[in-house]
Amino acid sequence: MSDHWKLFLRNLNEFWKAFRRNKLGLVGGFLILTALLAAIFAPALTPHSAVDIMRDSNGRALTFASPAMHSPLGTDDAGHDVWALLIYGARISLMVGFLAGFISMFVGSSLGIIAGYFGGAVDTLVMRVTDILMVIPDLPLMLVLVATIRQMDLKVSPLSVLILVIGLLYWTSAARLIRSQTLTIKERQFVARARAIGAGHWHIVRKHILPQLMPLIVTNTVLILSTAILIESGLAFLGLGDPTQPSWGTMLNFAFSRSAISNGAWWFYLPPGIAILWVSLGCILLGNVLEEMMNPRLAAHYLEGDKGMIAITDKETGL
Amino acid sequence: MTPNPILEARELHTYFPVPQSLFEALMRRPHLSVKAVDGVSFALMRGETLAIVGESGCGKTTIARTLIGLEAKTKGEILFDGKEVALRDGQTAIGLQHLRQRAQMIFQDPYESLNPRATIFDIVAEPLVVHGLAKSERERTAAVATALEDAGLRPAEHYFMRYPYELSGGQRQRVVIASALVLQPELLIADEPVSMLDVSIRAEILNLLRDLRQKRGISVIFITHDLSTVAYFADRIAVMYLGRIVEIGLTREVLRDPQHPYTKALLSVAPAPNPRLRRKRVILQGETPNPINLPNGCRFHPRCPVAFDQCKIKDPQPTVLSKTHQAACLLLEK
Repeated sequence: MSDHWKLFLRNLNEFWKAFRRNKLGLVGGFLILTALLAAIFAPALTPHSAVDIMRDSNGRALTFASPAMHSPLGTDDAGHDVWALLIYGARISLMVGFLAGFISMFVGSSLGIIAGYFGGAVDTLVMRVTDILMVIPDLPLMLVLVATIRQMDLKVSPLSVLILVIGLLYWTSAARLIRSQTLTIKERQFVARARAIGAGHWHIVRKHILPQLMPLIVTNTVLILSTAILIESGLAFLGLGDPTQPSWGTMLNFAFSRSAISNGAWWFYLPPGIAILWVSLGCILLGNVLEEMMNPRLAAHYLEGDKGMIAITDKETGL
Repeated sequence: MTPNPILEARELHTYFPVPQSLFEALMRRPHLSVKAVDGVSFALMRGETLAIVGESGCGKTTIARTLIGLEAKTKGEILFDGKEVALRDGQTAIGLQHLRQRAQMIFQDPYESLNPRATIFDIVAEPLVVHGLAKSERERTAAVATALEDAGLRPAEHYFMRYPYELSGGQRQRVVIASALVLQPELLIADEPVSMLDVSIRAEILNLLRDLRQKRGISVIFITHDLSTVAYFADRIAVMYLGRIVEIGLTREVLRDPQHPYTKALLSVAPAPNPRLRRKRVILQGETPNPINLPNGCRFHPRCPVAFDQCKIKDPQPTVLSKTHQAACLLLEK
């Protein structure tokens, strides 16, 4: 129906109007968008690929060459172009981060809704599992799991292992958050009204509970993306990445193990570090602004400085 | 009007168990429960409006919720159109799902009973969707438009793509009424439908409900604490106190000639339009007793101005005063 389409555009427009007002959110969006664009259009941004080796006129590989025309961010220990590594690495880092983030948010939201909505024994079971997972430190557990699964010689790519382990272990905080919100929403009168009409559980969850949770879920997905990217980088730095498909974390690992620091090759280890910071900062800025927009109680109000509000000063009133 | 009741409650009880701590369970303390509805019987005829009146906490909302199946009854029977309300349809039973198609509830707070993220169209069409009726887009649009216009929201198309926050309280309650009407119900359970609205809008909504009742012959259970709206709206009145009906009768009988001391007290403090007719006020002493530990004997005796010794021992049964009028008081049993 075209009416629905119009309504959607109207809502989108209102959202954009509100979003535009907050500079930090725009900065966050810009950071994420540039990283995404760089990853998508990587082939257009560099003539080299991640495995090309830079050579001088004598055919010798340029190792630890400082930034120059042919390689804007210098080369690494084997003569690879760091800029090419960085933007191709963005593909891996962002893909792992986004997929893992979405999986963890999906698992967390589903379990949270189930626990909160049905309550009773289901709730107890889900929440005790959540508690146990929360008590175990994330990083060591993931390290052990990734390393063990690698050993098992399953026919799974190392990246999928990484994505699944992060995604399936990192849903605990989301589950708690969503559960507590579900608990308050299901007591509201429009849910009672839906039940009085004769609506089933699936209908109520889909039409009445999920729409109220959506802002929370979107916000937390954005926030969790940054964590997922950081964890991926951490695991890759510790050597659990896929060496054939280097991500930013893998780059840091190479830089560290091949003594880029003692060689003074700052162009090798700084760019991936800044890239990780770039994206996670973007996610956090965007996430916080979204959170503030969805939950007006978090917004700061100032008597002065806001265009819409005029502070009456002593001079004007004479008080 | 045929004399077969559309809805009948027989000795209806709804208790809410009080959660016990592990310690209490180990000590084998008795399980306590809040006796929100404690033995209520009434019959509602087709096309009739029955008002259930009482103070906060007397169980009137719980009755409404139990009738529509939002709370599980502890004991007793609910009969809809002569069939017992049960989980599934049967020979002599009507399933909850079926009941909820033929009976609709209007909730008290129009600000809370509409999903803030659904459009008015979706809200009003929801009962149709839930019951799998009016499958085609055109049928559904027509049904929603009719319901909205019947509820006084004209032109209906103007409201389709709006959200509840764009409407006023009165308009929202009209949306609630529209979504209750869309299934063409035979019974409407209205739980204080106007108590959250401004006085100026109350009359409009009450008029709307009265018109619908007359036009469609819908039976209504009208729950309220406000006696002045009852006089205007109801055919019969049931006065509730602490989970029981203490007096029931035609509106005229109960309001002009109240027999139970509680009804008398309620009426004496209701605002009268004519100040010269003001009666002597009976101000009840003390608080409503705890519905977990009900007093022995008559549950009204601790606050009753005319209580005597027997009241502490004997629980009064309804006394038939006329064909339509009953009250439960020991003074009447003599």
